Amino acid sequence: MTAIPMADGLILGGILFALGLAGLLLRRNLLLILVSIEIMLNGAGVAFVAAGSRWGQADGQVMFLFTLAAAAAEVAVGLALLLTHFHRRQTLDADSISEMRG
Amino acid sequence: MLRLLWLVPAIPLASALTLALLRLSQRTVAWIGTCSIAASSLISLLVSISFVNAPPISGAYTQVLWRWFNVDGLRPEIALYLDPLSLVMMVVVAFVSFLIHLYSTEFMSGDDGYGRFFAYMNLFVGSMLTLVLADNLLLLYLGWEGVGLCSYLLIGFWYRDPANGRAGRKAFIVTRTGDTAMVIGLFLLFHDLGTLNIQDLMHRAAQYWPIGSTGALAAAFLLLGGAVGKSAQLPLQTWLPDAMAGPTPVSALIHAATMVTAGVYLIARTHILYSLAPQAQFAVAVIGAATLLMAGFSALTQHDLKRVLAYSTISQIGYMFLALGVGAWPAAIFHFMTHAFFKALLFLGAGIVIESLDGEHDIFRMGGLRQKLPVPFWTFLIAGCSLAGLPLITAGAFSKGWIVWGAYSAANGSAGLWAVALAGVFLTALYTFRMIFLVFFGQQNSQVTRKPGQAMMIPCVILAFLSIAGGYIRTPFASYLSAVLPWNPGITRRASFGEMFSEGIVALVFFLGLCLAYVFFLRRRDYSSALASSPASSVLHRFWFSDWGMDWLYHRLFVRPVVWMAKVGKGDPIDGFYTGVGRLNEIVWRGLSLSQSGRLRWYAAVIAAGAIVLIGVVIFS
Repeated sequence: MTAIPMADGLILGGILFALGLAGLLLRRNLLLILVSIEIMLNGAGVAFVAAGSRWGQADGQVMFLFTLAAAAAEVAVGLALLLTHFHRRQTLDADSISEMRG
Repeated sequence: MLRLLWLVPAIPLASALTLALLRLSQRTVAWIGTCSIAASSLISLLVSISFVNAPPISGAYTQVLWRWFNVDGLRPEIALYLDPLSLVMMVVVAFVSFLIHLYSTEFMSGDDGYGRFFAYMNLFVGSMLTLVLADNLLLLYLGWEGVGLCSYLLIGFWYRDPANGRAGRKAFIVTRTGDTAMVIGLFLLFHDLGTLNIQDLMHRAAQYWPIGSTGALAAAFLLLGGAVGKSAQLPLQTWLPDAMAGPTPVSALIHAATMVTAGVYLIARTHILYSLAPQAQFAVAVIGAATLLMAGFSALTQHDLKRVLAYSTISQIGYMFLALGVGAWPAAIFHFMTHAFFKALLFLGAGIVIESLDGEHDIFRMGGLRQKLPVPFWTFLIAGCSLAGLPLITAGAFSKGWIVWGAYSAANGSAGLWAVALAGVFLTALYTFRMIFLVFFGQQNSQVTRKPGQAMMIPCVILAFLSIAGGYIRTPFASYLSAVLPWNPGITRRASFGEMFSEGIVALVFFLGLCLAYVFFLRRRDYSSALASSPASSVLHRFWFSDWGMDWLYHRLFVRPVVWMAKVGKGDPIDGFYTGVGRLNEIVWRGLSLSQSGRLRWYAAVIAAGAIVLIGVVIFS
């Protein structure tokens, strides 16, 4: 099994992160914003794993597991908030909640 | 028994605190508020009885409670001083306060601020008793400002009407003018004599200051400034008529019976100082004489029942000042006592009349209330006779006759002052019976909608009794007070007529005023309207009605320039700088609040941009 060069892994992670960020900024649907955040997290995870395999240490993969756990918790809370919001407003448009403006 | 003295001011103060802090039902408030004053007056009576039966060897009893503070030689104590003078003041204040509190329980019932009213009133009584019993001038000044504060709070008691708030502010500012003079006087006394204890002060003043010396003169005039402000004498009398904006029991207690006589008490308390400053004492007499005449003329022209009584109060305190000024000290205190009884009663009666006519204040729209309100009529009549000085029967005749005689025979008396006092008797009889005839006699003009209850009648009846019986104790009163307030007889001048002659003239003048009032305001009302419509007298009427144009003059002289200066001063460079700082803050605030759009994606984009910039800085630097 030939090792994948670290640069490829980091580029893949960077692309995933950028895609997620673009989705986060451009999408108006809250559900898809959550999905975009998930993609960004995974981009970061790929970077961790690539770095871990480069130095032959398990830390990168352990870090990714932590990230997964955090992501799961975040999604649980995020979905719950999203549901209550939908019940109240009948919409998932992120721009519809701007009451906190100065 | 004398040890209980501290309870006399302490109980009202404690109950004021209780009423102010706790929210209680109206019934409980009435019980606490009135019982505290009842307890206070009962204790003051017990203390007085034991003081009179077994007087201390020095003639006075001092109760030191604790040392207030100790700063560089100034060591005032919270101490109470009881001697015949403060004893008389204490008993009268406590007892009249109790009767007026009893009256208020019914008069104020249903008012939103019931608890607030009784808290203020109790605080007032506590402060007044502190003032009267104070052993040093600083504690006296504490009570002095305490009663001033309560007066302000109670004049503006119905604060929803801005006019009441204005009246309260006016009273506070005008009396403060006098108080400032008084504080400077206290500084001067402490600076020159090194103490503020009243008895020590009097001893040292007599020791260090020869008669007519500048120090004594300055101190006496400065204290006189405070007394003039508090007692509404010329030239600071303008606040008292407006103070009638407060509830009627307040007018009865604070602006007739007790607080406004604080100036009289202050001068009587420091009378040794005034003996050392004959010019100041003469000024007291002149101020009193001028005030009693001016206020008497003003009272003659007022329409508002309470304003008639207010001017009458100013005029009667003018009598007390006259008595103080000529050296008839006990006569002033005796008139204070009888005045407290009959003037409180007049105000309480006026409160009943005004309330039963649904808030009607104009005496020309009243009339014929004699049959509808028999008890208020008889008590009001007794008090009115006492005020005007119905000879031989009423207390007011004894005290006023005594002052008139003193104005001639006492140390600084003269025939001129005697004539002024006599003219005052005539004016008093005239305006008093004008008021009584217009309110209670003649045709009935308005309907009686409410009848007073027991709690309002009983104080009136007791005060009516005192307005008559109070006069018969004049001789024992004078001999008892003589230890602290000796009557200064005119030694140098041989009196060309006796006291009986003077009393006879007073009686004659009283009946003259009564007859004139009868003719003008009851028998032939057309005479008075004919007189009022002639051009010369209508100008005079307007002039007197506006209190000799004093308000107008003060408005021009003081109020307008101050308001003008405040307006001009608003735009000066220093203010401009601070306004600029404020403006700058406002602009920054506008910009920052624009950035807070509340849009989630906008925030995320800014965070991302910030992160990119940060990473760029790290990489490329």
